[in-house]
Amino acid sequence: MPDTLLFYVFSAVAIGASLLVIGQRNPMYSIMLLITSFGALSALYIQLDAPFVAMAQIIVYAGAIMVLFLFVVMLLNAPQEDAAQWDRTHPLRRPGVSRFGAMLAALLTVQLVWALLRVTDAGAAVGGRGDVAEISSVRSVGRVLFTDYVFAFEATSVLILVAMVGAVVLAAREEKR
Amino acid sequence: MIPLGHYLVVSAILFAIGTAGVFLRRNLITILLSIEIMLNAVNLSFVAFGRSHGTVDGQIITFFVMTVAAAEAAVGLAIVIALFRHRESLNPDAFTSLKW
Repeated sequence: MPDTLLFYVFSAVAIGASLLVIGQRNPMYSIMLLITSFGALSALYIQLDAPFVAMAQIIVYAGAIMVLFLFVVMLLNAPQEDAAQWDRTHPLRRPGVSRFGAMLAALLTVQLVWALLRVTDAGAAVGGRGDVAEISSVRSVGRVLFTDYVFAFEATSVLILVAMVGAVVLAAREEKR
Repeated sequence: MIPLGHYLVVSAILFAIGTAGVFLRRNLITILLSIEIMLNAVNLSFVAFGRSHGTVDGQIITFFVMTVAAAEAAVGLAIVIALFRHRESLNPDAFTSLKW
């Protein structure tokens, strides 16, 4: 029972914080709320016997990627959305393209609900199959990662190198010639 | 134990929130944050499915998604900085010309 209660609490925190992320005008608050949402998600990962993913979520996402976002927001010093110039109306009441976008998002929600209703074994409890110690240990994750997925792992390192070079090239100030 | 369907519902709600954020917000940084929400929703699905099948593959795919998200955030934010330097704005509607 406490498991179920914790699941609902952390799910509610994750969903609520994510809703507030897209409801904020100030990106600084959005980033803080997103970190809250990531914390709740990592609690859900722990409930799913995935402590490695939970820690990576905290360290990589909340610790590194979000700090990168915070850094850019502070660097640009543009805390507010340009609301006065374009629109002060609520996004859902805006005409034209935005309403079309909201409609697409609603359509996606309907589709997801429809797909979820057709999942036959959705009622089956997770954790029925497999040995918990075997799945949750970092040792077994590492073994599969460096044997079955070693090519993808190496390709990822190249991807990160390319991303680093690309970020430096894009963000570098153009020299005056 | 919590049924698999509940995790999928949470994941679907998070993904829908992320999509709505991309469509509705008019701020490049918030749009990138919404993309992060969507990636996390997918991660939750992966881990839940992996747990339900009793394998570690879901966690490993999640690991790859995280690294790709890091690369995407780095390049995306570099583009945002470059755009902001030219237009002094974060509104995507301000970037309508192909060349400046």
